[in-house]
Formats: sequence, C-alpha cells, structure tokens
Amino acid sequence: MPDVTKTDVKTGAQDPVGGAPAVAALEAKPEKARSLWGDAWADLRRSWIFIVSSVLIFILLLITFFPGWFTSAEPILGDLSKHYLQKPKLGDIGSADWLGYDQQGRSVYARVIYGTRASIAVGFGTTLLVTLLGSLVGMIAGYFGGVVDSVLSRLTDVFFGIPFLLGTMVVLNSFPDRTTWIVIGALGLFGWTQISRVMRGAVITTKQADYVQAAKALGAGTPRIMFRHILPNTLAPVIVVATISLGVYIAAEATLSFLGLGLSGVSWGNDISDGGNQIRVAQWIMLYPSIMLSITVLAFIMLGEAVRNALDPKMR
Amino acid sequence: MGRYVARRLLQMIPVFIGTTLLIFLMVYALPGDPVRGLFGDKAGSPQVIAALRHQYGLDQPILVQYWHYMRDMILHADFGTQIASGRPVTDVLGDAFPVTLRLASLAFVIEVVVGIGLGIMAGMRAGRLTDNVVLLISLLLISVPVFVLGFILKVVFAFQLNWLPPNVNDSTNYNELLMPAIVLAAASLAYVTRLTRTSVAENLRADYIRTAIAKGLPKRRVVGVHLMRNSLIPVITYLGTDIGALMGGAVVTEGLFNIQGIGLTIYQSIVRREGTTLVGLVTILVLIYLVANLLVDLLYAVLDPRIRYA
Repeated sequence: MPDVTKTDVKTGAQDPVGGAPAVAALEAKPEKARSLWGDAWADLRRSWIFIVSSVLIFILLLITFFPGWFTSAEPILGDLSKHYLQKPKLGDIGSADWLGYDQQGRSVYARVIYGTRASIAVGFGTTLLVTLLGSLVGMIAGYFGGVVDSVLSRLTDVFFGIPFLLGTMVVLNSFPDRTTWIVIGALGLFGWTQISRVMRGAVITTKQADYVQAAKALGAGTPRIMFRHILPNTLAPVIVVATISLGVYIAAEATLSFLGLGLSGVSWGNDISDGGNQIRVAQWIMLYPSIMLSITVLAFIMLGEAVRNALDPKMR
Repeated sequence: MGRYVARRLLQMIPVFIGTTLLIFLMVYALPGDPVRGLFGDKAGSPQVIAALRHQYGLDQPILVQYWHYMRDMILHADFGTQIASGRPVTDVLGDAFPVTLRLASLAFVIEVVVGIGLGIMAGMRAGRLTDNVVLLISLLLISVPVFVLGFILKVVFAFQLNWLPPNVNDSTNYNELLMPAIVLAAASLAYVTRLTRTSVAENLRADYIRTAIAKGLPKRRVVGVHLMRNSLIPVITYLGTDIGALMGGAVVTEGLFNIQGIGLTIYQSIVRREGTTLVGLVTILVLIYLVANLLVDLLYAVLDPRIRYA
C-alpha cells in the first residue's frame, strides 16, 4: 500500500539541492534570509488545503483523546431491544441513537467515536516507527556507501519486493490477540523501505556539499556530521513522505481489520467488516464508519499534499 | 544494452533469494501448524501428524526445507503441494492466475485510459476549474479505501440499480469483472492522473513546446507527439511498478467480489498457514514485480534518447 507514495519520492528526493543553501544560511545567521522552513510555513498558512486538513485533524485528535466529550454512550454496551433500530433525525445530532444501532443494539455513533483512537494511534505510531527506522538505515547506507550501502540496499529491496499487505497479513495472522503495538510493528516491518530509499538518496546528494567537506576538514566526528550537518538537509523529503504515509497507514490498518487481521476491539475497520455482512439489511452500520475513515484518510493525504507543495521548490 | 540487462538480472538474484527466504522464515518461524489445521477441532493422533509432517518435509530444519523447496522449484518447476487440498501448487496457480490476470488487465486498461485522459485534461488547463475538479476527484479516489469503494459500488449498482451483478460467478465474463476492475483500478488511477497532470503542466512551459508552436505545427501534433513523449516517461515508471501492485493488491478486491484468483488463494493460504502455497504464489508475484521494473527501465531508452545503457 505505501507503494502509492512512490511517485512522491522522486520529486521529494531532489529537494535538498534547492534547500541546501537556505538551511545552511539558517544555521549561520537565523535572522537574515528566510529559511526553507520559514518559506514553507509562509506557504502553508496561505494554503486552503492545509487549513482544512489541520482543522479536521485537530477535531480527530480531540475525539481520540477525549471521546467522552462527544458521546455519553458506551461503544460496547449492547441493548438487544434496540437491535437494528434506526432513527435518523436531525434534531438528535450527537445523541446515542443519532446514527442508529447495530445488530447487537450498540450505538453506531458511540462506536464511530471510540473507533477513532485505534486508527489515529496506528497511523501515528507506524509513521513514527517507519520514519525512525527508515531514516537510520537510509542514513547509514548513504553516508558510508560501499559494501555497507550494497548490503543495506539489497535488504531494502528484499523488504520492498514483498507486497506490503501480504507481508503484514502473514505476520499478523500469527497473533490471535492483536494489540496496537503488534499492528504498528507489523506495518512498520514492511513500511520502512520507502523512507530509507528517500533518505539514502538525500544523504548521498548532501554528503558532497562543500559545507560537509568543510566540517570534515575541521575535524568533526562522524555522528556530528551525520546529525548536525547532513540530517537537517535531508529532513524535507522525509517529512513529505512521512506525512502522506500517515493516511496510507490508517487506510492499511482498516484494510487489515476488514480482512479480519487487524486490531482486536473497537475500530472502524472491524465495524465496516461487520457491517459489510449485513449490507442488505442495515447499510448504516457500514456507512458511518466508512465515512469517518475516508474523511480521516483524506485529511492526512491533504496535509501531505500541502506540505509537499510547500517544501518542494519545483512546485512553486 | 546486453551488459546492462545481464547486470540487472544478476542483481535480481539476491533480491529473489532474500524475498523468498524472508517469506519462508516468516511462515515457519511464527506460531501455527498447517498439519494440525487439517484436523480442525479434533486432536488427531500423534503418529498420523508425525507421518504427515514427514511426508511434507515439515520435520526438517527450516533452511533445509528452504533449500529443497528452491531446488525443486528451479530444477523441476515444482512448487510443492497444497496441504489442504493435496493438489500440486502449480495446479492451484494454473487455476487462479488467469483469473487475476484478466482482472488486473481490465483494471490496467481502465487506469491507463481514464487516468492519462483526465491527467492531460487537467494538465492542459492547469489552475482552472477542470484542473481543480480533477484534483478533487483524485484526492477522493485516493482517500476512500478499496473495500469502502467496493461496498458503495455494490450497494448502488448491484442492489439499488440492478445494473451489474454483485459477485463474480464466471470470471471469463468481462461484464461481471467490470465493477471489481474499477474498484481495483481506482487508487492507481488517481495517481496516474496526478502524475500525468504535473508532468504535462510542467512540460507545457518547456522551450521545445514553444518552438514547436512557433514552427506552426498543428496543436494535435504538438500535444500528441512532442508533449506526450516527454510527459509520459514518469507515468510509465509508475505504471510498471503498478502491474505488480495490481496483481498482489487484488487480495481485498477478490475477497469482496468472490473472485477465485491469486489474491483470494493467498489470503486462504495465509489463514491456513500453508507455507508452500504462499511461498509459491509470492515468488510469482515477486518475479512479476522484478521483471516489470526491468522492462520499464529498458523502455526508458526507447522513450528518452538521452538515456543510454552501457
């Protein structure tokens, strides 16, 4: 599934060329020329895509951390007298029976609200894991080159060659009780390759810059060159890929849940899967989690889009 | 050119070995047992289980199993036996592969025609209404997960309008395959559209296009020949890598529409923990992916005369 961001890598990887002088200037005298980040921020504030997606993501985060603010109903409390009860009335917005009840008489609205946490946690957790792991491998491969690079690049190819969904399915199938950590681990295991490739490309370009040679000549140690000098210039493309992959991993988690291999517990994917089996009697069970899921993925993809437009000098 | 192809083929070998080994290790190192699975809820006598394990070679160390498996596969094109049915994996593959191939080809055609078409439309009118509408559609297609889109199409076109059958009974009937193919193509289609759009919009500003217009060439020729040849290079890269994704990504679509293809077979073998079937199928997918990538790189040289492979 993260294949989809492959195309962004191409444009992203070339960023540091354009961004290098700006960031170098920032390190020397921050008050002079506006940095790549300053430019990007100015761009972002003007972009309607960024504003819309930030508002959506802010609301989603509120729901994640304080589901009790949005509903007083319990997501796992079933009242069989309300089996398949549907009472869509506009006046009832936010009440437990607003979006109807499922087969067990559980409030669909409460399940939609409480299901948010699973998606958001997996999305952020996986992106964090993938970014750290991918950056580390990419940095080492790009910086040291030679045999280290060959070995790590082939390793990346191996993990990249296995279809993403299939790999995670094989791993997750071995765990009967799938916690958030296990799902994050499985997605991360097959997801880091893309960031690693982007990072490696960016490091190889940046490594040859004059200021890196200068730092080396001044006797800076390897970790210092890596993290103080090279890393800041490779961040832009990595951030672009990472932002887009937030949405991709949320969709991937729901897809795994749909296949019966995702998180155990309340999640949109599980509800969509359940609702899919009752699609002819009660479409609403599937409809509302689907809408929430699509809006969430859309919000993160839009955010990624806005960030890429702001960070990629070619898009200006 | 010949040397380049040879080098690429040689580079494929470690990736091929690594990928198959990784799948093999994952299937066998993680808990679960396909032989016990044959007995369902019953315990099964230890002797029978031991005999079956021996028959399928499951009592040997993993690396030995891997070695035997690869030896048989490469020397005799023998992919092992599907434990649940007792059929050779090559037979199972022979049944499932054409089905997935038909589905993926139909999806690929939809993706290419609609995706590139919309992309050119948007790219030629960059920044205007058409462009924004196409951008919105493509964002929506990327955001709505495959299975949600599948359900929506099912409810609307199969249950409400009765235009198309909800499930596929006969996979040779392209009418029945149409809806699953659209679902399978949707996300890739959006990416093709966006790539084409960016590429076309960028190249429209290039000097050689201005020259072509200044020479007085008809618009049809400028767009159809000069613009397309350069704009489609990144699109073709994406399409090449997408062939593999379409074949492997069909797990959800095939499950949704009950299509007996590779995706569904893979799903079943994962759930049943059938190492041999799974490794066989994934090996085929990995090979398709590697070969498609090589072909795309070679196609570059045809499209872009600046690229030469020594």
